[in-house]
Amino acid sequence: MAPTPADMPIPVDWYLYLSAALFMTGVVGVLTRRNLFIILFSIELMMNAVNLNLVGFSRFHENLTGQNFVLFTMVVAAAEAAVGLAIATALFRNRQTLMVDLFDRMKG
Amino acid sequence: MQNYVWLIPALPFAAFVVTLLLGRWWIKAESHWIPILAMAGSFGLSIAAFIQIRGAEEPVIVRMWQWFSVGSFQVPLAFQIDQLTAVMLLVVTGVGLLIFIYSKGYMHGDPGYYRFFAYMSLFAFSMLLLVLANNYLLLYFGWEAVGLCSYYLIGFFYHKPEAAAAGKKAFIVNRVGDFGFGLGVMLIFVTFGTLDYTGVFAKVAGGAVGHNVLVAIALLLFMGAMGKSAQFPLHVWLPDAMEGPTPVSALIHAATMVTAGVYLVARSSVIFASAPAALLVVGIVGTFTAIFAAVIGMAQNDIKKVLAYSTVSQLGYMFMALGVGAWSGAIFHLVAHAFFKALLFLGAGSVIHSMGGEQDMRCMGGLARRIPVTWITFMTGALALSGVFPFAGFWSKDEILGKNFQAGVYVVWFVGLVAAFITAFYTFRMVFVTFWGKETRSDEKTCALIHESPKSMTWPLILLAVASTVGGFIGLPGSFGVIQRFLEPVFSRASDILGVAEPSVGTLDIVLMVVSLVVALMGMGLAWLIYVRRAQDLPQFFGALFGPVYRVVYNKFYVDEFYAATFVRVAVDGSRSVWHNFDEKVIDGAVHGSAWLWQNWGRVVRPLQTGRVQNYLLGILIGVFVIVTVVVFL
Repeated sequence: MAPTPADMPIPVDWYLYLSAALFMTGVVGVLTRRNLFIILFSIELMMNAVNLNLVGFSRFHENLTGQNFVLFTMVVAAAEAAVGLAIATALFRNRQTLMVDLFDRMKG
Repeated sequence: MQNYVWLIPALPFAAFVVTLLLGRWWIKAESHWIPILAMAGSFGLSIAAFIQIRGAEEPVIVRMWQWFSVGSFQVPLAFQIDQLTAVMLLVVTGVGLLIFIYSKGYMHGDPGYYRFFAYMSLFAFSMLLLVLANNYLLLYFGWEAVGLCSYYLIGFFYHKPEAAAAGKKAFIVNRVGDFGFGLGVMLIFVTFGTLDYTGVFAKVAGGAVGHNVLVAIALLLFMGAMGKSAQFPLHVWLPDAMEGPTPVSALIHAATMVTAGVYLVARSSVIFASAPAALLVVGIVGTFTAIFAAVIGMAQNDIKKVLAYSTVSQLGYMFMALGVGAWSGAIFHLVAHAFFKALLFLGAGSVIHSMGGEQDMRCMGGLARRIPVTWITFMTGALALSGVFPFAGFWSKDEILGKNFQAGVYVVWFVGLVAAFITAFYTFRMVFVTFWGKETRSDEKTCALIHESPKSMTWPLILLAVASTVGGFIGLPGSFGVIQRFLEPVFSRASDILGVAEPSVGTLDIVLMVVSLVVALMGMGLAWLIYVRRAQDLPQFFGALFGPVYRVVYNKFYVDEFYAATFVRVAVDGSRSVWHNFDEKVIDGAVHGSAWLWQNWGRVVRPLQTGRVQNYLLGILIGVFVIVTVVVFL
């Protein structure tokens, strides 16, 4: 691993630990929670874990590309959230519930 | 000639395309004009070709383009015009034109009017291609195409089950012969390396090929000829083919298509002359068919069936002529037969038309005064068919019998003479039962409606009657024969191989002529005695006297029943056995078995699909962990 830049007070490892913890929190949320909203929030968590990663590495490599990329990711995440919430609304109107374990019509 | 010959088949083909595409919605009841004009054009061009080819020693070959070009297999699409082709062209287009004009009246008002003319044009195209071809493959193409048109037109009234069955029968029986023909064409290519007539005949005449191979080729070709020209034992389709409209019977099943077999043997005369064993088979089959079909013709009551068996019998005469190398005699009889048999069929059609569709002669009678034009022309045709001086059939049939006598095959000559007697008998039986007598043996409504046919039908009859009367003079015996001398360049090589003597007229010929004329008159006289003079008692008397024999003859010697009990039965039972044992058990078993296999496999793995996205995500996650672990740590 390349040496940490002089003006970087927190080493890149810490970013990665935090990001990994955040990501796993999201994964567990997606896999275990029944409420569609919570699942969507968890997805946002995972996405932000990735963003944190990008920012951390961007600082580490002294290269702004990663930070630019994070801006795009945030825009996409906002759009995705809008679509996801719209789907959730439509789904609720249809089924009067948002508990995903009840949505198993595709069961073989 | 090079520049217009392609138009001869192209015109009917264009008429076919236009009539088929536009006939149903646009041209409708005017559908006859384009085919008739196309046919007239082809006829005019055929006359031009006929005049130009007169006396030419070598055939004119017109190459259009390369048809097949695969390694050494080179087949051009090319036409060959020689004297034989010119005669066939005139017969096909000339008789065809008259029959097209006749059809305008006969088919008037039929819902399939445009379809009829379209198929007839397609037939004319195919037949012209057949006679114009310069190689065996193109001949084969035309051969199959006329068979197809024959199938279409026999089954023209497709809503009638008998017509549909007859079309199928014609097609399948012809397949038997064409199977041999196809093998013959292949054997020709394998043996000679070419399919062009000129190339093949030059190599045959050169004597480079073994005798047995030539016999095999000739017999295979003759197998095709037997199917197409309805020779025993493949004759069974032709009488059934009478289910088609009468102009079809006249054009296809009397004048042109069925003579394709005669044309094929005459065209291949060099091969047949070099294979005397095959020529013997041709003669035997022809002779047997001539008398066999004539006997059956005596007992038929359907006017078209009588003519059908008569056609089979007359085709037998043509093969009888080919059997002794009387090539031009066969072609002469072909031409004469085309005239008078087309006339008889069209006349029968006119009778049927006037009787409102009735075909059974027992319901006719006394028609002579009611439809005089039809009667006189039909009578002309009947005299020509019976071989009465000076009508066409007299000269052509006598030529054949005389050639057989000169060749020393007295058995064939005698059988031919007996067949001629029977021919005269059944022909005049038909004439007397149909036209003679005082009253018509039908219901009052039909009797009241009997009327002479329209002009478009009577004029072709009159023209054909003239041709049947004077047509025989193109083939006077000996050195007077115009058609014989005209065809000389085509057949000279084959005649040289066979060593046929120069024709000359002696007292013997005149004696033979008188004998056959007397025989024909005796046949007519017997028919008159039985069906006119003693019509009250003699038919019943003979019916009772020959009861069992009559039944056998009436049922056509049970040939159809024999085929039904053997070949058809074997084919049907065999197919059924294959259906039940192989198709249902093996094929269906494999299909159902594989379906069963995957169905059960699906049942096993189905629980994996829970329908819950989170389960799938867990799967993805585990997968990612495994892959990352493998990539990173291993």
